[in-house]
Amino acid sequence: MTPGLAIILALAVPLVGMAAILILDRAPNFREAATLATGAILIALTTLVFLSVGEGARPGFVLTTVVGGLPIAFQAEPLGAMFALLASVLWVVNSLYSIGYMRAGDEKHQTRFYMCFAIAIASAMGVAYAANLFTLFFFYEALTLSTWPLVTHKGDDKARHGGRVYLGVLMGTSMALLLPAIVWVYSIAGTTDFTPGGVLAAPLQDSGPLPAILMGLFLFGTAKAALMPVHSWLPNAMVAPTPVSAFLHAVAVVKAGVFAVLKIAVYIFGIDFLSASGAATPFLWIAAISILLASAIAMHQDNLKARLAWSTISQLSYVTLGAMLATSMGAMGGALQIAAHAAGKMTLFMCAGAIYVAAHKTLVSEMRGLGAKMPITFILFFIGAMSIVGLPPAGGSWPKFLLMLGAADAGALFAIGVLILSSLLNVVYLLAIPVMAFYLEPAGAGARSQGSGGKPIDWRAMKEAPLLCLLAPALTAALALLLFLFADPLYRYLLPMLET
Amino acid sequence: MNLAAQLPVLPIIIPLIAAPLTILLPPRRLKGLLPYVFATLVSWIVFAASAALLHSVATAGPISYHMGDWAPPIGIEYRIDLANALVLTLVSGVAALAFPFSYASIRAEIDDRQLSMFYAMALIAMVGLLGVVITGDAFNVFVFVEISSLSTYALVALGAARDRRALTASFNYLVMGTIGATFFVIGLGLLYQATGTLNMADLKIQLAGESNRMVEAGFAFILVGMGLKAAMFPMHLWMPNAYAHAPSAVAVFLAATSTKVAVYVVIRFIYTVIGADFDFAGAAFNWLIAPLAVAGMMFASIVAIFQDDLKRMLAYSSVGQIGYMLLGVSFGTEQGLSASLVHLFNHGLMKGALFMAAACVVLRLGTQTCAGYAGLARRMPLTAAAFIIAALSLVGVPGTVGFISKWQLLAASFDSGRPWAAFLVVGASLLAVIYMGRVIELMTMREGAGGRTKEAPATMLIPLYILVAANVYFGLNTEMTVDLAERAAVALMGDAR
Amino acid sequence: MDFVTFALERYNYWIFITLMMMGLYIVIARGNLIKKMIGLNVFQTSVFIYYISIGKIDGGTAPIYLPDDLKARTAHAGDHAPSLAGKSEMGAGALRPDESLHDGFDLAGNDLASLTAPAERPDAAAIHAAPAGGANDILAAPALTIDGPGAGADLAHQAADILYSNPLPHVLILTAIVVGIATTAVGLALIVRIREAYGTIEEDELEAADDIAEFGHIPHKPGRAA
Repeated sequence: MTPGLAIILALAVPLVGMAAILILDRAPNFREAATLATGAILIALTTLVFLSVGEGARPGFVLTTVVGGLPIAFQAEPLGAMFALLASVLWVVNSLYSIGYMRAGDEKHQTRFYMCFAIAIASAMGVAYAANLFTLFFFYEALTLSTWPLVTHKGDDKARHGGRVYLGVLMGTSMALLLPAIVWVYSIAGTTDFTPGGVLAAPLQDSGPLPAILMGLFLFGTAKAALMPVHSWLPNAMVAPTPVSAFLHAVAVVKAGVFAVLKIAVYIFGIDFLSASGAATPFLWIAAISILLASAIAMHQDNLKARLAWSTISQLSYVTLGAMLATSMGAMGGALQIAAHAAGKMTLFMCAGAIYVAAHKTLVSEMRGLGAKMPITFILFFIGAMSIVGLPPAGGSWPKFLLMLGAADAGALFAIGVLILSSLLNVVYLLAIPVMAFYLEPAGAGARSQGSGGKPIDWRAMKEAPLLCLLAPALTAALALLLFLFADPLYRYLLPMLET
Repeated sequence: MNLAAQLPVLPIIIPLIAAPLTILLPPRRLKGLLPYVFATLVSWIVFAASAALLHSVATAGPISYHMGDWAPPIGIEYRIDLANALVLTLVSGVAALAFPFSYASIRAEIDDRQLSMFYAMALIAMVGLLGVVITGDAFNVFVFVEISSLSTYALVALGAARDRRALTASFNYLVMGTIGATFFVIGLGLLYQATGTLNMADLKIQLAGESNRMVEAGFAFILVGMGLKAAMFPMHLWMPNAYAHAPSAVAVFLAATSTKVAVYVVIRFIYTVIGADFDFAGAAFNWLIAPLAVAGMMFASIVAIFQDDLKRMLAYSSVGQIGYMLLGVSFGTEQGLSASLVHLFNHGLMKGALFMAAACVVLRLGTQTCAGYAGLARRMPLTAAAFIIAALSLVGVPGTVGFISKWQLLAASFDSGRPWAAFLVVGASLLAVIYMGRVIELMTMREGAGGRTKEAPATMLIPLYILVAANVYFGLNTEMTVDLAERAAVALMGDAR
Repeated sequence: MDFVTFALERYNYWIFITLMMMGLYIVIARGNLIKKMIGLNVFQTSVFIYYISIGKIDGGTAPIYLPDDLKARTAHAGDHAPSLAGKSEMGAGALRPDESLHDGFDLAGNDLASLTAPAERPDAAAIHAAPAGGANDILAAPALTIDGPGAGADLAHQAADILYSNPLPHVLILTAIVVGIATTAVGLALIVRIREAYGTIEEDELEAADDIAEFGHIPHKPGRAA
């Protein structure tokens, strides 16, 4: 099979899987088997593409041409191939977790849930392999729409409100800012193809503030990257079931956003033009503010998922920051951050879900002493938190290092300070949780106490979450550790994206 | 006689003859199937003829047909180029779906005895619209406009069986429509006085380089007159009520075609007759059409958000969408014009589908209030799915025709150096997200009053889904719409020079 | 006094405009639907008059083909024999500007030559000349343009040696009259139905009835007397 074909199949297979899920509506075991089988095939396909890109190939595929020479086309390049592989692997891991979580929680509309997930992953593949902005936008919107039913899964007033904000912000910004920006680029450069070295450098020579305006449209139009002030959808999306938060709002959706930002910076503007035109400078500051402000807000969140969501906003801005540094080290740091944060944050979310399933606790303040009852969960949480903070031996330490190097290259010393300060804040609001769980006495231990949902919980009978709910975070935690060891091959793999 | 040579007149002559015949068919025998089937067949023949015309024009260039073999400019000329072939195909295509669609809906909404009359009038309304599009004679436009308007007044009034407000809506439409048509005639009179001809192509030749107050006044009268018919803001007041209270099937046809035809006439007069390089036209573009288009886009979309009646909401949305088309026209560039033509076609597809879905709901649930749509996704899943896809198309989600329209319009805005217009367009489509999202949320997230209801019959669902499929198909394959519209725009601009 | 002359010469337009405004005013200001219809009719009729007046040529006869012997007599019946198309002759100052309704205007619309002999048009320049003059003269003081003895004028001279009124606007407006009658008929039929359904044909009462149907009460609208 040629890699070009593999790209198309990577988009088609999840859709076939979706059909299978629909057909197997009445047989849950087979239905879940269909999800997992789809995931396995998808990993094989994305791996194939990944390896082929590693050998220097740039497999592509033109699906159809829509408007005036604008094709829906795909082309794999290192960043996209990495994102696709990451997403497909984590999808399978997350599916394992979903099965445990959804069954333990006896959730309704499970078929719809898995179907929407399959469409979402197909859209994420489309984003990852998009060869031009037009295709990227196409799948970006598909991703928004297909995840909306997942966000509103619970169907209550809170979910409705969350869904409204989710759709409103994501679609609103993408239609009001991203689409005009894309058309503007098309109008200026005559193409929206992702081209190494960018397409805007020549036509926008000495054009005043226009590059900065365009960059602003792109950055705020890609609200999935959650740069402040277009971040508000993310905390609201936390009404979704935990697997959705874990996969979509730590990996697929948000990473699609920062991935798009990075691609636009590298392949549309081009790193050199970005730094020469000064288009990035204002947004470097906004990204820095976003990092610190989101971290500060995260410290005040007692709800664990909300805290993780705010942490995500902060961490996503690392990638934006990396892109806006407009240096090769910064861009590389951003790229690695995509992978490292995905593994780390997903671990954290799945641990949060495991705690909810086993102990019905959602508030951080209630987790004191829980470590004794759920040691594995909290150890995994600890590893995830280390990766987010950027402590060796977790994968998250490399991107921070590269970002600092990039900041030094760009002469943006304040960015180094921001990164250090943010890591300290991370320590406070993330690492403190497992420490509390292990070393503090539980409040009202030994007696019956209330769970977050108001259900009475027998403290003594509490134990670890179901096996599937532990296996999945264990895998991602392992990935977070592996990323530390294998950062160099990944670095070398990604390096060609900066060649012009 | 060579039938192929007579092709241009067939879309007019066949339904014109068929309409009186329809009245003769018994409305109450065989459940009224006779007039229904007859009218449907006629509409299909007309569509086939229009499609053949489009094909012929696209491959062999414009056709000029001389009515009664009287050579223009004395005789009436039917002149078909790409621009009107495209609109012709839209009108006859929507008709070819609206006629089969109408049966169940119209039988439920009007008195059985009126069935033959209804189909006769519907055919005449169609003839009128087709005639407006096909003719190359300016006065003929007026005649056809009135033919379609008169039958439309009656069709709208038929909604009185369900809601008496249809009568007042129809009366208001009549008053406004007549004023509009009369303004149009005044404008024609002034142009005639200035040139001594009524043939559009000849008018163009005579007016070349002309710029004086008489022509300007004539142009202004024509613009206002057709603006009224096109429901151009702020002359749209007749439309929401007329669409809301007309029988559902009538609303489908009107919403998808009638205002588009009026917009087409505006385009035709600006480019083919007056000429866009005419100074006054430039001023009208910048200081009249563009501001009104923008005001319509914004104002009507905001009003749509607050409507309780779904059909009225869709009607206000149409006023806003007319604004998009006029905005494209006002750029005065080939791209803007082609974006307008594309949107004209695409909007017909989406509004047709939306009104069809609304008609299905009226048939089964008897309601057209937004609140009545609560839980529709569970009660009538097929209808709801169709509505959602069409609504996404209206909003402009990629993969639908709405996106194509928006893309073209944005590209035209940027290329003509009007970034502000691009942001106004996307701003207006955000408003569309709100008013459509509100209904979609009701449909999917709320529980309805009743349990699962019977779906609409196949005669309604099949045309509905054909239109929905067209919304997606033309959103992915724009070979027909965009390419033809671009060629049509080039030709129109060529006319204008 | 030029302006007064200019305005008075065009009295047919003043009639048309006055009627039109009256009609529109009635449509807008009257609440009774029948009165609205009447206003609409006045409005439409004003346009009919406009069309009829632009087609009329002073001294012109009905456009009916006459045998040769009658031609001569008819030709002398008018004050001045030269046809409209023979502008070059008229331009010599033979006419007093205030003498008739239309002589002062060189209306291209009434230029029969361009209508009757399209196939014989010698060249584009000649075609162009007639309307160009026609359009401008409406705005300029009623002086006549001299086309010069072009080939087109010659041809036209041959084609029409009798002064005809321009029949085309009359024919056009015949169509519009029919349309107007149809509109009135539909409008009146609607009024009958409205009266049956609502029991009134006063607009404010109709609106109140609709408001009650929609909101359950009459919403307060500023500016409307209770």
